[in-house]
Amino acid sequence: MKIMTCPINGPRPVSEFVYGGSVRDMPDPHTCSDDEWAAYVFNRGGAPGVKREWWCHTASNTWFIAERDTEQDRVLRTYLHGEEG
Amino acid sequence: MPWRLLRFALSKHHPEGRMFTPHSRLKPHYDVVIIGAGGHGLAAAYYLARDHGITDIAVLEKGYIGGGNTGRNTTIIRSNYLTPEGVRFYDESLRLWQDLSTDFDLNLFYSNRGHFTLAHTDAALRTCRWRAEVNKHYGVNSEVVDAAFVKRTVPMIDLSCSGHAPILGALYHAPGAVARHDAVAWGYGRGADQRGVEIHQQTEVLGIEVQAGKVRGVRTNRGNITTGKVLCAVAGATPRILRMVDLDSPLYIHPLQAMVSEPVKPWLDTILVSGSLHIYISQSSRGELVMGAALDPYELHSTRSTLDFPEGLCAHMLDMFPFLSTVKVMRQWAGMADMTPDFAPIMGKTPIEGFYLDAGWGTWGFKATPVCGKTMAYTVAHDHHHPLITGFTLDRFRRYALTGEKGAASVGH
Ligand SMILES: Cc1cc2nc3c(=O)[nH]c(=O)nc-3n(C[C@H](O)[C@H](O)[C@H](O)COP(=O)(O)OP(=O)(O)OC[C@H]3O[C@@H](n4cnc5c(N)ncnc54)[C@H](O)[C@@H]3O)c2cc1C
Repeated sequence: MKIMTCPINGPRPVSEFVYGGSVRDMPDPHTCSDDEWAAYVFNRGGAPGVKREWWCHTASNTWFIAERDTEQDRVLRTYLHGEEG
Repeated sequence: MPWRLLRFALSKHHPEGRMFTPHSRLKPHYDVVIIGAGGHGLAAAYYLARDHGITDIAVLEKGYIGGGNTGRNTTIIRSNYLTPEGVRFYDESLRLWQDLSTDFDLNLFYSNRGHFTLAHTDAALRTCRWRAEVNKHYGVNSEVVDAAFVKRTVPMIDLSCSGHAPILGALYHAPGAVARHDAVAWGYGRGADQRGVEIHQQTEVLGIEVQAGKVRGVRTNRGNITTGKVLCAVAGATPRILRMVDLDSPLYIHPLQAMVSEPVKPWLDTILVSGSLHIYISQSSRGELVMGAALDPYELHSTRSTLDFPEGLCAHMLDMFPFLSTVKVMRQWAGMADMTPDFAPIMGKTPIEGFYLDAGWGTWGFKATPVCGKTMAYTVAHDHHHPLITGFTLDRFRRYALTGEKGAASVGH
């Protein structure tokens, strides 16, 4: 991967972006068990696959979501949060 | 030595046996199956056979012996860590390294160099002091030295780092060393092989059978095996194996790259690490400069190299050693580092009976090869944690009892 497409600014060199980790759903801290909370805090789906990830285009400070194959290093698509379509 | 070599010239046949016994097929059952013939897996096999009398072992390797991170690392060996658990553990490893060459009857090119962690900021110097005090408390040879000491030991260094990041001092660890990485895997492998362990290369584990919370066997591309004990020592492939047994973990995989220069005359006889410049460097016995930097910035399950890596690394290297500007880069490569949130490994038993983990070795596990082999062999043989690894178990995360080794392991080495 050398180029990534920012949903606002279009294709840019990957050096302009930073990775923000996988998109993960937070359990409700008031109702979940300690084990569920620890799993949320620490565990990561570490195996390869197509993942939804947070990325930021640093030049414009745009946070967005990328679907990326973490074995081939190929971005399938990028979109703003909530604009999945 | 010359006489030994002469035999090869005079004999019509190859006068020495092969290093490893080839095995044409897998047996249907082994007492212990070890996944991964890197240094860690082979060391565990070796100590299981030598110290615990367990020899009905298959080591399964999807590629070739030592072809994983063992054969890709920059071979820095040291024990100047930050937590009591870490210091005790790595110090035991350093002790084991001392007589390994004799033990294996194989030259590991273990070379004691001394190791500097350079401090360019007050905060870094403070961490150096902290590490030195923890180290001394446990009898590990570490001290904080000033910039003049660094200059005396490495006359070629530009202490101002081209004015960007002046060196204020360093943590000096005299026992720091380097060793021949392949030879470590070969030595442990041959020692295990001679004691009856079977090493199967080109044998990939595709599945693990678990019934009622217990390991029953493994499925490979060369057939199925039944076994009650599986040790997983696959570094960057650990999350894939954990998926086979439905276990979740905090492990995440980022590539770590390294490179060597063309060989040059000896000028650097110590190991230098700079957290601020994200670089580390030593000179191999062949004269190559062995260099590494920080982890790649995002998750990836691949050993591809990038151009950004030598670009960034060379820029920082030139800050410290401007005279290297005419030296060429020869090779670069990458390994998949299995990282944990607290920069300590994940070792020992798991919620699945008979399934043992030796993982989370990220960018720092080569130095630990002997002690991992020894403690994992004990743990597998007794189904009981070796006392040196109780701070490293998988369930520490559930208990929020992290080990916090970050200050000592954040640059890949
Ligand atoms: C560039 C780089 C530099 C490093 N520098 C240092 C350093 O200076 N000092 C230090 O202490 N550490 C360093 N490390 C870390 C160190 O290399 C590792 O922690 C250590 O070598 C891990 O050894 P291992 O035996 O556990 O894993 P590996 O050597 O990776 O062995 C695992 C084996 O498992 C095999 N395998 C995987 N999946 C399967 C499967 N499904 N079936 C069968 N076999 C499988 C792989 O093919 C591989 O051979 C560095 C790492 C890298 C990448």
